[in-house]
Amino acid sequence: MSVLVYTENWDGKFKKLSYEMVSLASAIAKQMGITVTALSIGHVADDELKSLGKYGANKVLNVQDNRFESLDNKALADAVAKAASKEGAKVIILAHNNEGKAIAPRVSVKLNAGLVSGVIGTPLSVNPFVVRKKVFTQKAFANIQIKSDIRVLTFAQNSFEIVENNVDTAVEVYDPQIADGEFNTKVLDTHKITGKVLLSDAEIVVSGGRGMKGPENWGGLEELGELLGAGMACSRPVSDEGWRSHEEHVGQTGKMIAPNLYLAFGISGAIQHLGGVSSSKVIVAVNKDPEAPIFEAADYGIVGDAFKVIPQLIEAVKEMKTA
Amino acid sequence: MKILVLISNVPDTTTKIRFTGDNKSFDTNGVQWIINPWDELALTRAMELKEAGAFETITVANVGTQITESTLRKALAVGADEAIRVDAVPQDAFFVASQLAKVAEGYDVILAGIEASDYNGAGVGGMLAELLGINSVSAVSGLEIENGALKVHRDIDGGSQVLSVPTPVVLIVQKGIAIEPRIPAMRGIMMARKKPLNVIAPVDAESKTEFLGFELPAPKAACKMVEEDNAKELIRLLHEEAKVL
Repeated sequence: MSVLVYTENWDGKFKKLSYEMVSLASAIAKQMGITVTALSIGHVADDELKSLGKYGANKVLNVQDNRFESLDNKALADAVAKAASKEGAKVIILAHNNEGKAIAPRVSVKLNAGLVSGVIGTPLSVNPFVVRKKVFTQKAFANIQIKSDIRVLTFAQNSFEIVENNVDTAVEVYDPQIADGEFNTKVLDTHKITGKVLLSDAEIVVSGGRGMKGPENWGGLEELGELLGAGMACSRPVSDEGWRSHEEHVGQTGKMIAPNLYLAFGISGAIQHLGGVSSSKVIVAVNKDPEAPIFEAADYGIVGDAFKVIPQLIEAVKEMKTA
Repeated sequence: MKILVLISNVPDTTTKIRFTGDNKSFDTNGVQWIINPWDELALTRAMELKEAGAFETITVANVGTQITESTLRKALAVGADEAIRVDAVPQDAFFVASQLAKVAEGYDVILAGIEASDYNGAGVGGMLAELLGINSVSAVSGLEIENGALKVHRDIDGGSQVLSVPTPVVLIVQKGIAIEPRIPAMRGIMMARKKPLNVIAPVDAESKTEFLGFELPAPKAACKMVEEDNAKELIRLLHEEAKVL
């Protein structure tokens, strides 16, 4: 019996999220006295696959089949469910993101399993199986019991710390044998940035709002972002105005993110914006208006002009790095 | 082609969230009910496509007790042609999807919101597709239909894609599917009263999950302020105190 983790990679490297999920799986497996199997679909090198053992994966199933690149929801769910059955999975963990949300409900039906989406941290108990999640769009928590023998969870990013827990890990090439007829999604066109920090996986996010006054003023933010290895984000008016790409829009209707550190410059903090960033561990706000609602959500704040503050921050980060 | 839009009945997004009965259930006292924001965008896109000639009629469906009828009437007022209500208390995503599976047969395109803004379950659309044994595409941010062929835009890590996918299909939609939700006009509200709202009995289905209780988050500690001309202090605090740098 096992806990199965559906890992995700970005350009062939596991996302931090994947290590969080394997760490979580390892904690659950210990509670239940079972093992951890990670499933990797895509082109990931052997060394990288083995790195999952550092966080407690006893086995890694390596699926290399280009047909899955179309992210066909039905075929992917089939592959995950087959891997789960083969491994006798009692718990299946996927990410609470585009990919995980697309597959998890289908997997749960295939396995006759209960599903809880957006689970934070470890289960409160494994017998009965009770998990915790946020509800009412971040305004409350709920404790939910999954009554079925098999459980499917989507995991809220950054709600469980990566824990090192070295185990021997075996990499096994696995072919779930999905018929060609199951792949019905045809990709006509793809727009994808590469070589940049992926916003949803970034540990630090630098974000700008209308207070930045125009797209020509992003130079300082980008320099700060680069120094910190941060992902870049923006508020809704900024993407609506076309100052920045809508890929960067974070908020209730844009991307929901949960980095360790969220730095908001010139963002007033409308409730819709906070809905998308309030799971960040630490929020920093820089805004001219002392009454801006962002200060109610922030841990650290500066009432002031972003254009005066940003150069000081850049200098301080450089000093910190050389110290 | 036939289109079905799934409608979830949720508290207005500005509702102050409270719980009753020892924090075991959501306090519905004084709550204004609305169409789930993502379902509202789905309905708006369905209207635009109908106006472009892709569909003759739009059907909306939900699972809920009689109190959800005002939300279905609102969908009719926006422009849907008929509504179906499965008369049951929605227990969990699997229960709801099982009910909708009986309703959704025969439709070519089924639109579901990416999640409902109350319990954020994000399950019904995908489960429904699996129960029906049909395709699904999630994170859909655009839909075009030309000569009966679907062009679906979806968000992926770091970008977006355009796909073709055969029907029948469940499209799980999010931001971008429509820009501004349509609001009912007076004429629409008058006409909605005469449009069919069919109530059907639920089928037997089990729930696989159960809410045990709710909690409100602890109040946040006050924001620690740093002076504008001493911004370097902020980096020190983030490094030494918060330990996030």
